[in-house]
Amino acid sequence: MTDQTTAEATAASIPSGGRQRAFTEFWHYYSMNTGAVIGLVVFSALVLVAIFAPLVAPHSPDEQFRDALLTPPVWQEGGKSAFLLGTDAVGRDMLSRLIFGARFSLFIGLVVVVFSLTSGIVLGVLAGYFRGWVDTLIMRVMDVILAFPSLLLALVLVAILGPGLFNAMLAIALVLQPHFARLTRAAVMAEKNREYVISAKVAGASHVRLMVKTILPNCMAPLIVQATLSFSNAILEAAALGFLGVGAQPPTPEWGTMLATAREFILRAPWVVTFPGLAILITVLAINLIGDGLRDAFDPKLKRS
Amino acid sequence: MLRYLLHKLALIIPTVFGISLAAFAFVRLLPGDPIMALAGERGVSPERYAELVERFGYNRPYVIQYLEYIGRVLTGDFGISLATKRPVLGEFQALFPATLELATIALLIAVLIGIPAGIFAAVKRGSWFDQATMGVALTGYSMPIFWWGLLLIIFFSGYLGWTPVSGRIGLQYFFKPTTGFMLIDSLISGKSGAFKSAASHLVLPAIVLATIPLAVIARQTRSAMLEVLGEDYVRTARAKGLAPRRVIGLHAFRNALIPVVTTIGLQVGTLMAGAILTETIFSWPGIGKWMIDAIAKRDYVVVQSGLLIIALIVMAVNLIVDVLYAVINPRIRVQ
Repeated sequence: MTDQTTAEATAASIPSGGRQRAFTEFWHYYSMNTGAVIGLVVFSALVLVAIFAPLVAPHSPDEQFRDALLTPPVWQEGGKSAFLLGTDAVGRDMLSRLIFGARFSLFIGLVVVVFSLTSGIVLGVLAGYFRGWVDTLIMRVMDVILAFPSLLLALVLVAILGPGLFNAMLAIALVLQPHFARLTRAAVMAEKNREYVISAKVAGASHVRLMVKTILPNCMAPLIVQATLSFSNAILEAAALGFLGVGAQPPTPEWGTMLATAREFILRAPWVVTFPGLAILITVLAINLIGDGLRDAFDPKLKRS
Repeated sequence: MLRYLLHKLALIIPTVFGISLAAFAFVRLLPGDPIMALAGERGVSPERYAELVERFGYNRPYVIQYLEYIGRVLTGDFGISLATKRPVLGEFQALFPATLELATIALLIAVLIGIPAGIFAAVKRGSWFDQATMGVALTGYSMPIFWWGLLLIIFFSGYLGWTPVSGRIGLQYFFKPTTGFMLIDSLISGKSGAFKSAASHLVLPAIVLATIPLAVIARQTRSAMLEVLGEDYVRTARAKGLAPRRVIGLHAFRNALIPVVTTIGLQVGTLMAGAILTETIFSWPGIGKWMIDAIAKRDYVVVQSGLLIIALIVMAVNLIVDVLYAVINPRIRVQ
């Protein structure tokens, strides 16, 4: 027993220095990837814009300027300097709506990742640790979820739960969750029979302790990469649901919903269609750049070469 | 090989059972009353309502309803659409060729461009071609395709006036479907201009649907090639003095193909999800639009059977890919 406490004490004293060293090493590999750094900068800027939206936006996202319907962007003929990116069909400032829209998209990404990551980890750890019928049951359910095209399943779930942003997030989280469960299970099975786990088991660690404190921290790298991918996927799927009219409901300035209402003006006022989509693309691209960077920085194979 | 196949089939049975149960349960969970949806705005008298409940079996226990449904499905009866009063299977068969044609052309575009682009990017690793290709691929992968479709419409249909905005072929052309593939049917019909009309209707939706699979295939091909190019047997082949083209084509690419085939197979689900958005934007009369309309109209029978059929197709393709994988790579069979 005393041995274990000393071992734990030394283990606890290492991280402060070790963790920082690990981070420095990680940052060294991450920062070698220019794209990943650009992605991180853009993403940070988006987060700041979202947080300080009321300060950054020139107008309220819902204020209708009735004398300035469908004003083109400032660089086009007829544009006004008060509306840098123009206005939509009811005279709302596009730029302000896009800025407030960033809040929704980032919030959707965050909530979906938290939901699907936690439930996926719990299910994956249970399946990989206990195996047997627990494993079979959980993984067959995951197979069923994965057999349906994700957007179709999300659509049906939203039809059941009722349209709206929160239900759309729940549906997307459920659809994305099997990827986390599968990854966690595979990682847990790979780690389970390693020596450090067996020694912890011999030392008398409980099931919960083995699962949560011993095994899980060593399975994190693939999960972090998958979380980044799911973050961008969630934004895309939520925008698609909004576009199909079952996600966030108008007048919410969610980017996909904005596109849906802009569709009828597509030839008359292309800017009401162009900018919300561009905002989605830039956000998703920035997050995917970060994801690629994380994957390369975590991948020991690439480090060697 | 036969044992492997049987093993895979045995694994699929519980999943198929789960899929049918999920499709059945989803529809029972949908808010609203299927009989009122069937009756439409006129409504029904209480007596007629009771009669319909009895006829469709909605008053029986769920277990019985489920078993009866499965029994009917096994004999090929997928129910009658509430909206059109036609058999669901017949509607599916009429609309599926449109989606299949769109998805086939999209997958062809993705494979024919994605694989060569991935190979060249890997061989010329770090070059401007590699960086540009991977930049474009990541952008394609991040693309909200419903917006991408609208942009293409603005430019090619609105600004240049080159392509039509919706449908599969000009209204002036009419002929009985023989293959269901408009490109082939229009050629067979022998009417001048029909093929051109069909092709110009198909090109934008196919590009939109191909975007994400193309990006995924290019990225996957590149990383699979990079992995293989570092292997000992490739170095040996090079050291032997084989022509670089032979090393890349014969030794490297054939081994890199294994993960690429898996990736292509996995795109079927992506194509189905993409078809929902693409068909909505371009009013393409396929099963993606059919499902969207059914969900909007609360056509329970179509939603239930459509979900079941689509999931079974995805599963079947995944099974074929698994078997192909075992054919290419004998090591898989032993495990």
